[in-house]
Amino acid sequence: MELYELTVHELIEKLEKGEITSEEITKSYFERIKEKDGQVKAYVSILEEQAMTNAKQVDCDRKAGKMLSKFAGIPIGIKDNVCVTGTRTTCSSKMLENFVAPYNATVIEKLKAEDIICLGKLNMDEFAMGSSTETSAFFPTHNPWDLTRVPGGSSGGSAAAVASDMAPWALGSDTGGSIRQPASLCGVVGLKPTYGLVSRFGLIAYASSLDQIGPLTKDVTDSAILLNLIAGHDPKDTTSMEYEKKDYKGSLINDVKGMKIGVPKEYLGEGTSAEVKEAMFKVIKKYQELGAIVEECSLDVGQYASAVYYILACAEASSNLGRFDGIRYGYRTEKFENLRDIYKNSRSEGFGTEVKRRIILGTYVLSSGYYDAYYKKAQKVRTMIKNAYAELFKKYDLLLSPVSPTTAFKISEKMNDPLQMYLADICTVPVNIGGLPGMSIPCDVDSEGLPIGFQLIAKPFAEETIFRAAFTYEQNTNFREEHKPTFK
Amino acid sequence: MADITKNEIMHIAKLAMLNLTDTEIEGYTKDMQEILAYAEMINNLDTSDIDETIGATKQKNKFRKDEVIEFQTRDNLLQNAPSQAEGMFRIPKVINT
Repeated sequence: MELYELTVHELIEKLEKGEITSEEITKSYFERIKEKDGQVKAYVSILEEQAMTNAKQVDCDRKAGKMLSKFAGIPIGIKDNVCVTGTRTTCSSKMLENFVAPYNATVIEKLKAEDIICLGKLNMDEFAMGSSTETSAFFPTHNPWDLTRVPGGSSGGSAAAVASDMAPWALGSDTGGSIRQPASLCGVVGLKPTYGLVSRFGLIAYASSLDQIGPLTKDVTDSAILLNLIAGHDPKDTTSMEYEKKDYKGSLINDVKGMKIGVPKEYLGEGTSAEVKEAMFKVIKKYQELGAIVEECSLDVGQYASAVYYILACAEASSNLGRFDGIRYGYRTEKFENLRDIYKNSRSEGFGTEVKRRIILGTYVLSSGYYDAYYKKAQKVRTMIKNAYAELFKKYDLLLSPVSPTTAFKISEKMNDPLQMYLADICTVPVNIGGLPGMSIPCDVDSEGLPIGFQLIAKPFAEETIFRAAFTYEQNTNFREEHKPTFK
Repeated sequence: MADITKNEIMHIAKLAMLNLTDTEIEGYTKDMQEILAYAEMINNLDTSDIDETIGATKQKNKFRKDEVIEFQTRDNLLQNAPSQAEGMFRIPKVINT
């Protein structure tokens, strides 16, 4: 077995026993990247020189008996909307193509404090706006299970890198499904934490009331480990919550007896493919065998979530992206005579088609005459969705649904139909609207060998319930042993 | 279908500081019509007794002490400026143009 095939907890074990060095681990990833990234195209920037120097330093310090974190020398891949000091942070946009982050995101500070090594920056939909990683201004990322298909998005680079063993784990961000949907389409574990659990400082904003950073990993144990490392209150993000620090590894208990799981019937209706539905029924059966109480329930107002999402997310985006004016950083046009030209031409030349589409939609719903009908109304429906979830969580510990109504679609299949692309997020957006935690866990493949994930959703700050149920499922099934990407 | 017109799209683009080509205006008008027609489903809901969600969490204002914290050096912050001079961001002349 190659080093790059191991999970992080397996790598840590070997590091602790002195069987391997960080240099060997890190090198194995760069060799894997050289072998596979030509096909997958997950990385926007590769930080080989710096990573190898850091790895050698960690090995040196460890040999010298210096007190190090047990994570010291473990590599990671980072989505390219998270700032890493001194490296290009592009958001896969021409607007930020040459932007070098002058500071670290808080999550990066936390990882660096453990001497975790950054392998490189991962491709994404431009400014995280998309569900396929095709809106990247640089190149689309390909799904390692079928290179003619999308990896999902917007954290498609992160999911594809983990799925193809080009990173042992990665950070992504999730505004409407951007961690969970690519995790599902690439057969890895993806967690969107509760809004406010992980600091957003240094994450380039898309929709601030919905964005969260979270882990994409090979298994549930690694997800708990990475969440342990990144969670926590940050004075630099006033929306991050102050709460008692938890050890999510303690929730990795192989037992769901008596746990109550609700299955909202709306997500197993017409819009969901037969094969995805069948996979969900198998998961439900497995949970029942393991002693959980699974019941059908209803989230009727959930059908409005995508409409609410695209109104609110685009409104927030149009405001957040107002900062890109070609003055202090980012792309500046060469064609200008006055200040207004700089603003308009820089933005028009620097943003891609989808980003402009969302800015226009967002500006429209916030504009005079439409604010009440769209934005304000959507904020009220958001309250209704949150209330509906709160009611369900009085009765259930978890909700279970598909992550994506279909498996990975073909590259360019949905690019000319924005509404169809938006509806790819139909099972994941309600969770962001509610500010809830949600995880995608791989469970099956379809008749073409493409991965299917199921989603577990909990009430706010109840990640441990998700970890426990996901871990139990994983311990009693064999997705990783039975299915591997084929790069066909 | 939402009755959004090309003229409205042009107005919105102006507010958003974007230049659009004729093809873009055409395309975005059609997209907005379709997306807004879909989004209008929210009008089927009675929200008369419902409060708006203001933030994602119930948290209200958070205050901190007004303290000076060293953040970055001027050079670090200027490194990404598309144009600079004498430690300042450089822009075209604004007054009397």
